[in-house]
Amino acid sequence: MSSSVDRALIVIPAWNEEAALPGVLAEVRAVCASRPELASTDVLVVSDGSRDRTAELARAAGVAVLDLPINLGVGGAMRAGFKYAVRAGYTQVVQLDADGQHDPRAITDLMAAAREHDADLVIGARFAGAGTYEARGPRRAAMRVLAGVLSRVTRTRLTDATSGFKLARGRALPLFATEYPAEYLGDTVEALVLAARAGLTVRQVPVEMRERQGGQPSHGPLKATVFLLRAVLALVVALSRPSQVSTADRGEVATGAAR
Amino acid sequence: MSGYVTALVLTVVTVGSIVYLLRARRIREKYAAIWIALAIVVLVIGAFPAVLEWLAAALGVIQPVNLLFLVTGLVLFLVCVQFSVEISQLEEETRTLAEEIALLSAKVDAQAAATQAVAAQAAATTRAALDHPTDGSVAPASATPVDVDDPRPTAPGPTERA
Repeated sequence: MSSSVDRALIVIPAWNEEAALPGVLAEVRAVCASRPELASTDVLVVSDGSRDRTAELARAAGVAVLDLPINLGVGGAMRAGFKYAVRAGYTQVVQLDADGQHDPRAITDLMAAAREHDADLVIGARFAGAGTYEARGPRRAAMRVLAGVLSRVTRTRLTDATSGFKLARGRALPLFATEYPAEYLGDTVEALVLAARAGLTVRQVPVEMRERQGGQPSHGPLKATVFLLRAVLALVVALSRPSQVSTADRGEVATGAAR
Repeated sequence: MSGYVTALVLTVVTVGSIVYLLRARRIREKYAAIWIALAIVVLVIGAFPAVLEWLAAALGVIQPVNLLFLVTGLVLFLVCVQFSVEISQLEEETRTLAEEIALLSAKVDAQAAATQAVAAQAAATTRAALDHPTDGSVAPASATPVDVDDPRPTAPGPTERA
């Protein structure tokens, strides 16, 4: 990226999060104010067809809002966010959950890792040393299997493939603005495969993950099995997909070389 | 013989309802061709069951009715797959439209807020001029710098309250 100003956008996909969102926005604002490297960072809340006051509260907090008329899922909300970012000329996008699970102070860690490794996609990973968050039982096993396979696909060590705390920049932005998957687990598993097959550099940094405020993740063996099966299906489909992306990418590289 | 009449009546009703749906534009033309073709096949087999027997013999199917069931199953399967494809395309189109609507409304909101800010500032300048009529150095409203890029919503100006 040759742009002189590195403009970052924090995208917060939110679906009926009126309870947690104001707190998260206040925390993000406080963190951005206290770190000079985050001074020029903007915030975008993507209200994913929320039926409560999510969009209203976000506007009241003075941040940009995309109010999707129907629920598209996290992947759909993020693709809208990436489109907004690309059209407004941002060079980095940080995805942050609206439920307070992600600590905004770790955003600088993601940015530092992206610069250090020249990475296009940085995953804020649980189970990587920092924090005490732990999945238990069969779901943990399922997540490990998934992380193992995706580590090979992305040619880097990933311990947490399903984290929603991510930084995308450079070539990842136009790619995600058009191709970000909306399927179940598309925003995590499939997005990683997409990035890897487009030749993007993927890295992870350990982040502390807090318990989400309200709502329990499923830990039962049946749900874990269903989760794993759906994840494997998503993975197999993503891996076997004809890669139009890398073809387009090669075209771009070719024209770039011709110039 | 009554079974034959029943079959014939059913096929005529089927063909009739498809033609009706087509005429009422309830089915798009791109789906019409396959339905018309199917209706004709049903009508021909209903009117001349010998055709089915002849086909079954030609294809080596001992029971003609089994050929009918096989072809029916195949056709229904293909139509279902075709519908899945079409539905997926529709969902993708809906998704893109939803994104564009959200992006557009965000843009419109930002512009409305900017316009409101300009109006508020102009009203404030006018009020200042009215409050100090002796002061001749009041700049015209249009010369007042206003940050039009500021997308944050602004409180309504005094003009709207009046």
